[in-house]
Amino acid sequence: MKKLVSLAMAALLVAVAGCSGGGQSATPSDGQKSGAATGEKVTLTYALWDKNQMPAMEEIAKKFHEANPNVDIKIELTPNKQYWTKMEAAATGGTLPDVFWINGPRIIKYAANDVLLPLDEQIKADGVDLGNYPKALVDLYTYDGKTFALPKDFDTIGLWYNKKLFDDAKVPYPDETWDWNKLKEAAKKLTDEKKGIWGIAAAPYGQDNYYNTIFQAGGSVISEDRKSSGFDKPETIEGLKLWVDMINDKVSPSAAQMSETESTQLFESGKVAMVYSGSWMASAFNGNEYTKDKVDVAYLPKGKENTSVIHGLGNVIAANTKHPKEAWEFVKYLGSKEAAEIQASKGAAIPAFNGTQDTWVKSMPNFNLKIFIDQAANAKAYPISKDTAKWAKLETDYMTKAWAGQMSVEDAAKELAQKMNELLAQE
Amino acid sequence: MSSQLQPEVHAAARPKPAKPLNRMKRSDWLWAYLMIAPTLLGLGLFYIWPVVQTIYLSFTKWGGFGKYKWTGVDNYVLLFQDPNLWIALKNTLIYTVLAVPASIAISILIAVLLNQKIKGISFYRTLYFLPVVTMAAAVAMVWRWLYNADYGLINYLLGTVGIQGPRWISDPDIALYAVIIVAVWSSIGYNMVIFLAGLQGIPRSYYEAAEIDGAGPVRMFFTITLPLLTPSIFFVSITSLIGAFQVFDLIYLMIGKLGNPAAESTQTVAYLFFTNGFESGNGGYAAAVAVVLLVLILIVTAIQMKMQKKWVHYD
Repeated sequence: MKKLVSLAMAALLVAVAGCSGGGQSATPSDGQKSGAATGEKVTLTYALWDKNQMPAMEEIAKKFHEANPNVDIKIELTPNKQYWTKMEAAATGGTLPDVFWINGPRIIKYAANDVLLPLDEQIKADGVDLGNYPKALVDLYTYDGKTFALPKDFDTIGLWYNKKLFDDAKVPYPDETWDWNKLKEAAKKLTDEKKGIWGIAAAPYGQDNYYNTIFQAGGSVISEDRKSSGFDKPETIEGLKLWVDMINDKVSPSAAQMSETESTQLFESGKVAMVYSGSWMASAFNGNEYTKDKVDVAYLPKGKENTSVIHGLGNVIAANTKHPKEAWEFVKYLGSKEAAEIQASKGAAIPAFNGTQDTWVKSMPNFNLKIFIDQAANAKAYPISKDTAKWAKLETDYMTKAWAGQMSVEDAAKELAQKMNELLAQE
Repeated sequence: MSSQLQPEVHAAARPKPAKPLNRMKRSDWLWAYLMIAPTLLGLGLFYIWPVVQTIYLSFTKWGGFGKYKWTGVDNYVLLFQDPNLWIALKNTLIYTVLAVPASIAISILIAVLLNQKIKGISFYRTLYFLPVVTMAAAVAMVWRWLYNADYGLINYLLGTVGIQGPRWISDPDIALYAVIIVAVWSSIGYNMVIFLAGLQGIPRSYYEAAEIDGAGPVRMFFTITLPLLTPSIFFVSITSLIGAFQVFDLIYLMIGKLGNPAAESTQTVAYLFFTNGFESGNGGYAAAVAVVLLVLILIVTAIQMKMQKKWVHYD
């Protein structure tokens, strides 16, 4: 008996561990049934991950419900860290939400595995003009000639800085003339070891930090054809080194310190004077008593090339949704000018709908948000491939080692490139 | 007087010998199976079947969202060449060897102390049990702040007496031990309750007899309490060992942050399973990790079962 108990206990472990074990994904049942036709009540789930954008999304859902009283929108918020874990399991089990946010790194995987509804027919039938959105974003969500998402928003990176710390150290505020040297110089002047203040937070983040400098140095993360890694290029390594050098020069907290206290947290509490971060931080900084009046944002310091990284989210529909018609109506509304204006006025994110970005810029007049829109013009697309998640994990592992000084930047980048190439060859 | 009492207690505690099974009627068997059928079904459906599936999946490679193809032992070949597996095994072993005995020893000590008649005993019992009813996520969050090397309470207190505290959760050499401390702290309450129950099953008469014979409290602890507590210790050590082999939540929540230099030196087997299965989407590979862990736990548990005859006293 006791043996049985211990066996059962061991089994329990694997049962818990292997809970996603289902092999076949469920097939969509009665997919044709449409609530609008029968006039019955329909509830659509809408999954997203950003708490800062909840007020805007709730407002949009409310407006949609007013226009379509038979459709209720249930918003499901999952923190970013767990969102894709959850979606992965949901997609495997055939229980994806009807409508959900997607990002660049995931789109090809989801589109190629037939879990998303292609939108071309609906777009044509309803006369939706894709020219309303930046081309880079429409392209990002086109796979195999089919459109899978309507662009929701876009984000670019800016140099956020603490005006008070700049004033204290008598350093002029950053402007469009800044380059890497100016950045390093200012970081040095702003650092005050005695007070525990650093010039900049050089965290090992791709989109926020090193993707920008890699592109500026003329390097790349992945080749145009998405078949080989760019991490072994000398230009790429130069873009990475800028950050690690600043840690070694002690003008930034160490990687260990920033893993315990997030770089934006350090910035929000006046411990670091500068941080590279996205337009998505604007509403958080605006809602924080300390940063509201003390910080502003400027153009990224220039490298050899005047560029940065751009990325944007899209709204997609699950292929097996029970209410494809209502889901499309909702996605169409999410992609409309009206919804874009709501997003913009709440300061949630830069709406993808051309011509509405100005509303966003004016929504927080205390920050120079125009730089985010201006930078979009020269920005390069966020690097992705069919299975971005596989090499992104490796990238994190190697960059962590380089940032912590456990490996030299060159060795880490070269080894990463080699392993990444092996993975890309399998895609 | 007390020595006369002893056999009586024994006789009362011992259950009556059951009827020999072969004399049972067929209908008795049928009823017995019917009674346990719901549990058996649940066990089979939710525990045994997933185990079988996991083993099957460990021989496959995943494309995306549950699409897979049979690849034979490829996953295992790759797995045993993966330096991460050996790091994870080493970390899991260190964790288990340190956390389990420490937790058991401290729990017994506290259980014995809380088995006395002191004022406000239920207050103390509640205090020690509190971590058990707290979510692991909350525990990890609070400890993350306490451990914060720059702004945390622990290093602040150490600083007031002139000690420069370590980087608890981001120093690769220390982080694992920092997690072990939290794991021991949060498991004491649960183990303590089991030991308390065990202690209360020990007849008072033994202690009375020992007292008359002139034994001190330490002697009594080692010759009466500890031997008679061995069934509880056995139970706790089996469950904690299995728990320790599967440790994931604390490490994921306290260490597993983007860019933590201690991430590699704290990854455990269950953590390796998680990152492969849920972060990089290598379901088949992750299943192979789970199978390795299963085999490991089965071996350790089997050894414990064999060893119990040597040290567990049921009466």
